[in-house]
Amino acid sequence: MVEVGHFALVLAFALALVQSIVPLVGARVGDERMMAVAGPVTMAGFALVALAFVVLMISYARSDFSLVNVWENSHSLKPMLYKITGTWGNHEGSMLLWALILTLFGSLVAVFGANLPASLRATVLAVQGWIGTAFLLFILVTSNPFVRLSPAPIEGRDLNPILQDIGLAIHPPLLYLGYVGFSVCFSFAVAALIDGRIDASWARWVRPWTLAAWAFLTGGVAMGSYWAYYELGWGGFWFWDPVENASFMPWLAGTALLHSAIVMEKRSALKIWTLLLAILTFSLSLLGTFLVRSGVLTSVHAFATDPSRGIFILCILVVFIGGSLALFALRSSTLTAGGIFHPISREGALVLNNLFLTTATATVFVGTLYPLAVEALWGEKISVGEPFFNLTFGPVMVPLLLAVPFGPLLAWKRGDAFAAAQRLMTAFAGAFLAVLVTLLFVDRTAVLASLGVGLSAWLVLGALTDLALKAGFGSVPFSTMLRRLVGLPRSMFGTALAHLGLGLTTLGIVGVMAFETENILAMKPGQTAEISGHVLRFDGIQPVQGPNYTESRARFALLGAGGQVAGEIVSSKRFYPVRQMPTTEAGIRTMGLSQLYVSIGDETSDGSLVVRIWWKPLVTLIWGGALAMMLGGVVSLFDRRLRVGAPSRRQRGLPRGTETVTS
Amino acid sequence: MKRKGLLATLLFVLLVLMVWNGPAFALLPGEALPDPALEARARTLSAELRCMVCQNQSIDVSDAELARDLRILVRERLKAGDSDEQVLDYVVSRYGEFVLLKPRFSVRNALLWSTPAVVLLTGGFFVALMASRRRKALPEALTPRESAALDEILRR
Repeated sequence: MVEVGHFALVLAFALALVQSIVPLVGARVGDERMMAVAGPVTMAGFALVALAFVVLMISYARSDFSLVNVWENSHSLKPMLYKITGTWGNHEGSMLLWALILTLFGSLVAVFGANLPASLRATVLAVQGWIGTAFLLFILVTSNPFVRLSPAPIEGRDLNPILQDIGLAIHPPLLYLGYVGFSVCFSFAVAALIDGRIDASWARWVRPWTLAAWAFLTGGVAMGSYWAYYELGWGGFWFWDPVENASFMPWLAGTALLHSAIVMEKRSALKIWTLLLAILTFSLSLLGTFLVRSGVLTSVHAFATDPSRGIFILCILVVFIGGSLALFALRSSTLTAGGIFHPISREGALVLNNLFLTTATATVFVGTLYPLAVEALWGEKISVGEPFFNLTFGPVMVPLLLAVPFGPLLAWKRGDAFAAAQRLMTAFAGAFLAVLVTLLFVDRTAVLASLGVGLSAWLVLGALTDLALKAGFGSVPFSTMLRRLVGLPRSMFGTALAHLGLGLTTLGIVGVMAFETENILAMKPGQTAEISGHVLRFDGIQPVQGPNYTESRARFALLGAGGQVAGEIVSSKRFYPVRQMPTTEAGIRTMGLSQLYVSIGDETSDGSLVVRIWWKPLVTLIWGGALAMMLGGVVSLFDRRLRVGAPSRRQRGLPRGTETVTS
Repeated sequence: MKRKGLLATLLFVLLVLMVWNGPAFALLPGEALPDPALEARARTLSAELRCMVCQNQSIDVSDAELARDLRILVRERLKAGDSDEQVLDYVVSRYGEFVLLKPRFSVRNALLWSTPAVVLLTGGFFVALMASRRRKALPEALTPRESAALDEILRR
């Protein structure tokens, strides 16, 4: 059965070659039959990669150690969930997941793109085919998961214990759906360059794909952050680790793309820039894949290291990024520049957004790769870590965040900044109040932190103001306002929700960075520890036998005001004997929006236990805000306008002009 | 006040002795300096120093043995009266610049530190250039006579 998967993968590679060439030639010479090949071939390719993936998954579920890949990364005692998620918890499997998602997106373009202009559809699918060809070849040549081992060992070497977590089931698939989703934007951009034609309908095609990829990537990055937070045991939510940066760069660039695509769709401006951004975003996705998969960086995600594969991915990187940029340089002059606008306008605001997001992306890019450059040029090693990014990335983001509430309030073409400022007075007053309250009632010395709280309030209230104004707050009766609110285009809710989420995430980050408290002590059973008004009693430690690990489980009782037990927190350390690796399972109790985080060390010689307790105020908002952003993307995706090709259902009798009032 | 300080120091020494041979675990109880101002400086410095045997952790959060030695070293230097810069210099002289998570402002690192400003300014310049080009293409605002005429038409 394993060979079926192997053959399917080889066949998928062959089909990807067909997909790369035949439709493209067809589009060039105008042969409809050749162009029509694209759809079926793409979908067949997806079916074959899916078959290969399922075969590998079954091999994992059945602990078939005759496969080198399964033997290296699985164990018969591992719980079934981790056997299945372990399919992509290793290099080969995760590349197969990458290819699976790539072909999935290709098929989606084939299915939903039925009413695309035939030559554009054929060219887009051909470009998808190029990417598919490259990665399937990479898998077959350097990272084949179907390599056999004879004689088959009795037992496997187990999965890295850090990965034996529900996070592995969610984080990589979401992340890849985002990463690879941008390949569609890339293919559309390259197709537009080949055709030498780009118009507003092109943007209308690209925007839903950008939205979908961005929403997935937002979820993936947030999930990765939360996973690291609870699994690595020192309570950080973002480490500026190169591998994290690798996923953060496409997110920043994708966010810029999302916004510039709006300008292009609505006003046919920023065409060339949007095209370049589409290429850059996917290039950063490829770069991320290279950084993680080649292991050129020292990082906490170092389980994915193999330099020999690095060369291959580097070649893919050079061919695709270099090729597309060369194509861009050659052809972009043939594209016509679009609509004109005043600097103070919605377009102007979105240009500002792009300027700052691009700067932020460049900052992360240089910070991530600089140590590599220094090592290559001077042979010296330097580190670029969290303190650097806090000093550079932060100041770049703050002006952008300050400007966010203005954007949606400015009119297209020519806006009135003063009128927008007036309408934001309530939000500004609210933000000012938030600063005062923080200063007076939380911490009188925390000036910067209270300004951060004010910034978050500004973002949240700004997003709400936007919705309220568009529903006609203050100018129409309440019932009319509600009716208008319900009738607003979904994309407006999406925008408001995403900007609101940004404010919540900011608030969470400010809360943790400024007001976190920490208590490190050695505790004996029965002793209590106090942190930010919460009292914890250590109730002792006991050994527990898990399916494939042993665990020291420490119990803590959360004491109420009267000394009664109000709750329990369990924090443990695990030891996985097969890999000889310890892991920490932090004890986390969510109280409102904040969390109490307990992490344990080892027992000291006198029988006391080293305990680290953190009070993390508002920490859940970091990921809650990201979820709101993701939801905003999804809501926008279901905007009627984006259901391309759907017959427009403009109500009879409604003057055409009313449309512009709400958009 | 003085007695309290002495007690704290005694307790500190006792705790250090207690955990000296104990297993490592990030910042350990007893590692913290009794003087809160000095300890705050030690924490800030620790967050800027890389744990040399770890993947990408500062010595402040790492539970490696080496990180702990370095944390104690930083605190010893601070107690001896070193300035923050002197402590960093000392650590760099022993471990090289790799130990700094925040690279120094030097000619070699000029590109690294200047990237945000350079990209922002260059980008801003191009945006301004485009805007001025566009403004030339933008239709002139209505003259008072034209807008009066427009009002007239709209009123009809």
